[in-house]
Formats: sequence, C-alpha cells, structure tokens
Amino acid sequence: MVERIDVYPTHIHEGYKLRPGQTLPFGASIVPGGINFSIFSSHATTCILVLFEKDADKPLVEIPFLEEFRIGNVYSMTVFDIDYENIEYGFRMDGPWDPKNGHRFDKTKVLMDPYAKVIGGRDVWGTNPDWDNVYQHRSRPVLNDFDWEHDKPLELPIEDLVIYEMHVRSFTRHESSKVEATPGTFAGMIEKIPYLKELGVNCVELLPIYEFDEFEDSRRSPITGEMLFQYWGYSTVGFFAPKAGYAATGKYGMQVDEFKNLVKELHANGIEIILDVVFNHTAEGNENGQYVSFRGIDNKIYYMLTPDGYYFNFSGTGNTLNCNHPVVRNMVLDCLRYWAAEYHIDGFRFDLAAILGRDQNGAPLSNPPLLEQLAHDPILAKCKLIAEAWDAGGLYQVGVFPAYGRWAEWNGKYRDALRKFIKGEENLIGEMASRVQGSPDLYATRGPTASINFITAHDGFTLMDLVSYNGKHNEANGWNNTDGANDNDSWNSGWEGDTTDPGIIQLRHRQVKNFATILMVSQGIPMILMGDEVGRSQNGNNNTYCQDNLLNWFDWSLLDKNADLLKFFQKVINFRQTHAVLRSRTHYRHADYVGSGIPDISFHGTQAWQPDWSANNQHTLAFMLSGDHAKGGKVHDDHIYVAINTYWDALSFGLPQLPHGRRWHMAINTSMPTPEDIWQPGSEPLLGDQHTVWVGNRSVIVLVGR
Amino acid sequence: MDVQTKPFADATVVEVSGDVDGSTAPVMQEAIMAVAQPGCRLLIDMSQVGFMSSAGLRVMLILHRTISGGKGNVVLVGLSDDIKDTMSATGFLKFFTTAETLDAGLQALNNG
Repeated sequence: MVERIDVYPTHIHEGYKLRPGQTLPFGASIVPGGINFSIFSSHATTCILVLFEKDADKPLVEIPFLEEFRIGNVYSMTVFDIDYENIEYGFRMDGPWDPKNGHRFDKTKVLMDPYAKVIGGRDVWGTNPDWDNVYQHRSRPVLNDFDWEHDKPLELPIEDLVIYEMHVRSFTRHESSKVEATPGTFAGMIEKIPYLKELGVNCVELLPIYEFDEFEDSRRSPITGEMLFQYWGYSTVGFFAPKAGYAATGKYGMQVDEFKNLVKELHANGIEIILDVVFNHTAEGNENGQYVSFRGIDNKIYYMLTPDGYYFNFSGTGNTLNCNHPVVRNMVLDCLRYWAAEYHIDGFRFDLAAILGRDQNGAPLSNPPLLEQLAHDPILAKCKLIAEAWDAGGLYQVGVFPAYGRWAEWNGKYRDALRKFIKGEENLIGEMASRVQGSPDLYATRGPTASINFITAHDGFTLMDLVSYNGKHNEANGWNNTDGANDNDSWNSGWEGDTTDPGIIQLRHRQVKNFATILMVSQGIPMILMGDEVGRSQNGNNNTYCQDNLLNWFDWSLLDKNADLLKFFQKVINFRQTHAVLRSRTHYRHADYVGSGIPDISFHGTQAWQPDWSANNQHTLAFMLSGDHAKGGKVHDDHIYVAINTYWDALSFGLPQLPHGRRWHMAINTSMPTPEDIWQPGSEPLLGDQHTVWVGNRSVIVLVGR
Repeated sequence: MDVQTKPFADATVVEVSGDVDGSTAPVMQEAIMAVAQPGCRLLIDMSQVGFMSSAGLRVMLILHRTISGGKGNVVLVGLSDDIKDTMSATGFLKFFTTAETLDAGLQALNNG
C-alpha cells in the first residue's frame, strides 16, 4: 500500500510537530501518528490549542493555530507524537468583549471542546474539586474501538415497550444493593439487570448521563448540614461525553468503555436504552455564570440572547441553547448520531423539548428545522424520539408538538387525568375514556404510540408519595418548601405521610395497584418510575434534584417490605405483554371490522352496554376490548373487560355477554389481598356469575374472556 | 515496565512487571504478539503489574482477537483485584480465562 504523506509533519512549535489538520470531524480525533484537533468559532480573532498532561494544573504547551490552519471559521491542526491516554486539551480564544452585542471572549480562560468525547476533572463522584485549577472540565481524546461483537440497537416495536425511568447513581448507590462493583455506577447497574428482567421492563430511560458537574451550585443544607448537589444532572457540561462519576472506571478515564459495556449487556438481555438528553441549556448559567466552553468560544452563536445581549431563560436555569441556529443544530445532530452509532443508543427523550422548536429570538416556529431534521435523519431513523413537550417559558405543546410522524411525547395530560380520577375528582369520565384509548383527542393522526403514558416521573412525587401526601414537603432542599410543583393532584389516603394505620396502608397499596393496572391496560407506551414497583418514598419531597441520599437512592430492602407491590407490578407488566390487544399501533375504530360480534372497543357502565357519560356518574368507567381485533385483526387474543370504581363503596357492574361461548375469568382485582389480586395468564379463575361482578371501593378489576 | 518470555512446562509464559500505560503498552504488545503464533499456549503473568490503562487492555483484546477461533489459547494469570475490577466493568474480562497462579493457568490451558 502506498504510504500517506499526511502522516508527516510540516510545522514545528516548541518541539511539537504539526501540520494543518482536517476540518471535520470537529473535536479531537486520533489519526496515524497523532491527534487531529478541530474547532469552530465565527467571532474569535485567534485560537490557541492548550495541552496539559493528564490532571496537571499547568499547561504543557500552548500551540497557536497558524493562519494557514484556519479554513473559514474552523481551526484545525494535527499534533504528532502525543500520548492520547495522557493528554488533556483545551482552547484559548481571543475576540471581542462586548456583552451588549453578545460577545464574551476572555483569553485568560481555557475552554473545553464542545465536542469532547471524554471529560476529566470530575473523575470520581463527589470528590472535592481543586477550585484553583485553571481548567475544571478537561477535554480528552478517545479511541472508538469498543468490541461490540454482534450487538446493535434492538429496534423493538415502540408499542411493545415498557419504559423504566431511572437514575444510574440512585439505582445501586444504597448499600442494600449489595453490588460487587463500585455502588452507583454503570458497572453496578449491570449487576441488577436480572431484577429489571424479572420486573418485565424492556427499556430503561436514564436520567442525564452526559457529563455534568455535581458541584455546580452545590451547597450545605440549612436543615441537615449535608452537601446538596446537582444530583439529577439536568445541566450539561459536555454533550458528547458520558458522566465520569457514573463509571467505576472513571478514575482511569475508561467511562466510555464502561458505558458501552452496559449498553451491550442491556441489549443482550433484551432491554433497550433511552437517554434523557438536555439540549435546552448548558451548565454555564447566565451573565454571572462560569466559563466552561460555549460562552468563551462563540457566545452569540451558541446561546439565545435578548437584543441587549442578556441570556434568554426559557429553561428556568439561566440560559437557553440556540438550537435552531444552523451551527448549533448541526452540533445537536452530530451528538445524537454519535450516541446512536457509537454507543448503540435506542432512543432519546428530550428534556423541555418545546425549546427546540423556538427560533433564535425565542418565538415558537411552525416548522422547526431541528425537529424536522432529527425526524428524517438516516442514522437516527430507527431511534425512538420522545419529547417532553413543554418548557419553562410557558410553551405547552402536548398534542401539538411538531412530530413529523416520528416524535412521541410525554403525555402530561394522561398523568393529570389519572391522578385526579383515582383520587376521586369529578368530571373526568370523558377524558379518562380518551386517555385509556391512547388519547385520540390529542393524537388523532399520530396514533397511540405518540403517547408516552405515565403517572409519575423524576419530577414530582413517587407513586407511593402520591397516595401518601396531600402537599409537597421539600424543606430538605433548603428553599423553605418554595421549590417543586404545587399542583400534584395527590391524596394522602387519610393521613399525611408515614402511618402505622393498617387500613390506610392497605388503601395506599390498593391505589398504587389501581394506577399500575390502568397504566398497563391503556393504549400508548407505559413508563414507570424507578422504585414505584416497590413503593419507594421520598418522604413527600417532590423535587429531589439535589439530594444524594436516601431520598433518591433505591433501598433494596423494599423488595421484601413491599413484596406485594413488586409481585403485582411484575404480573401486571406481564399481563400487558401477554395481551397483544393492549399494544396497538393504531387507534380503535369503535366498530367490529373483523366479524367478531363485538366492536374493537366498547364502553359500559354499571349496566352492560350502557356507558353513563352524564354528570350523574363521576366514579365509574368500564370498557371491553375485543381480542379478535388485536393488531388490526391479525392476532387473536382474549377479550378484555376493565371496570374502574373510584367510589368509596363497592358497586356491581353488569357484564357484557361474550360471543362464541367464551367466558369471563378474573385476571386482576385490586381489592383482593396478594396473591389473589392478580393471576398468571392461564390460571385466572372462572367467574361463577357471568352476568355481574362486584368491584370493591376504590378498586379496579380486569377480566379476560376466552 | 519489563517483559520476559520463557517456557513453562509445555506453555509459554509472558511475565509482565510494572505499569502498563500508553507509553509501555506498545512494548508489551510487541513481546506478546511475537509469541501469539498458531497453536500457541500462552500464560500472561500479570502478578507484577500494578496498573494497566486502557491501552494495556486493548493489547489484551488484540491478542484475544489474534488467536481466537482455535488458533491458540491464552490465560491471564495473577490479575490484581483492581485490574480485574476494571476489566470486569468495561467488559474486557469476559473475553478471557483467568487464573490465580501459573500452575492453575496451565490447568486452565489444558481444559481450554
């Protein structure tokens, strides 16, 4: 083979051999003989590459990008003979200091590469940083040579997913997890994959794992004196790098391999992985914030600024990424492609995604180019794209998020309706009927798979707290209980917080089972919050973003304490996975189009075939699904009948009679104690009375007809 | 870092001592690949290695890929707990057979 001549240097600086680099890809790339560095800035006047030995506080060398190393607004050069494992790099940029016009260049700062694939400086979670170090978040090069063997993204049909929203550190940090690896890490999570499989979830959605700084705005709790961190991680330092502090091997800079190994192991067990990605803002804050990267590289391009040069704050956290600027848009696209291709990520959940549909002045766009581009991108073509379809600037787009036939949404209206209905609020029967059908009122053309159904998520109460507290109790966060949402639609079941009253405890468990059951028999994609399956509590705190302690950590002793809930969740998830009729890609037609004798869905009241939509009925909803219509009639399933009673007394429901000699069997009855609350498929007891069934107070029953 | 190659029963021992990082891994790679011939029976003695970086792990994986598919057998001997944990967390460990001692390694080669 002919030898390439570009492995030979053409320039030299203080003994370092150089040549003009490749403009693309941006970032640091390991090339034959050296490392190629490339970075964009449209307003810098000069750019210097700053190299450090790993962890050193003083630079090893500063190499200016010569004028012939700049093409357009891109500075690139190859530096030869440097050890990729032992080097950290940053940039020093000069340019105007003119905040009124959006420019904040400061050549005294060493800036992290926006495309850094590994970021040092916070290598081990919670280790106090050296604040005197001039370079806090340090870009490092990485080899992309992980041995995936036969792995690839799973591409499970989205309607078959049961999503488990979880926090990597919280999952195994508690000593009760008994993991052999460092607790609270990617490696620790691998050891708990059998638990996830047994639960029956087939997709994990991780709270942010992009590098963030747990010490950002860290402080002591005025109540307990303990350290409060940026714990959840909704404040990105680097979009291309996994959080080092989440890796047992972060101390050796091997978080990339460790995280890829987690993805590979999840896939080998049939579990997809979705990342919660935060493209709406960065960790650099507002006018008074720190220099990490973007503000010193090209402030005016990367951030949405007011006409006076201040930061727009649609994210509620100080700044807003200018994601519909063509250059920033490309960065977002490069980033997602990198995670999809290089990490085999199955999908993305976009935090405060409504921001991604705003123009550079903050106005909502009717045809946002970023969202359209992501929807049509060839590399992301099989990835799940899920929007949190609102932002902190008042834009609420549930049902109207620009979807391009691809985007699903966190259905906030599903959450709100279920919470209100189950606690016993009135005037919800009509809306509930819509929610259990996959919200055709919101997603008429997009189908039920546009709806990510959930009752709880990281923001807000856990499921157990939802049925144990009327109000939030966020004092531990140190803001006098002013933070966190006030409209929780929660009900404490008769006593605020912890109780030993067996009746209240029993009611709470029943309410949890009611929620779980309705969630699993609703069309759309169910998502459950880590720990809800074992009754995890945050003591009424509905905003635990800063708590690195038991308020967030999964206490594995709950598996025994609330074994009835865990068993119920395992079985109710299995119920959903057993019955194809619950997992439809298309909306119900309210007609019998396969000749089964009953329509695909029918609603009923306390009398069969007589749904009561009047104001007289505030507490009951019953519906029947025709198993012959499963998957558009291609699959034959059992018929399913669901009756919900949110009234404080038991009620009898007349049962629709089944065609073709089928008979009703009891699959789920939340008013019964475990193990008679839910039956394994095939073992459901035959109903002695095929004409009426009693549904206990505040209870749900599910029957199968076969 | 130092690498010595010597025979041990009917196998070859590659004895590595010192730290394996980006600067020393190529030396180790050269020594190991020299003996990674078809039909080889290798014991890589790591009991004197305190630290092995990502570059070192990659050399091990290259070795594995070179002789996998029946072209030879390799056992890693005397891994420190720290290296073992690192290899486990990053998925490298499951590509390899490991043993505590050279004798146990020989046994493992015979079973492999």
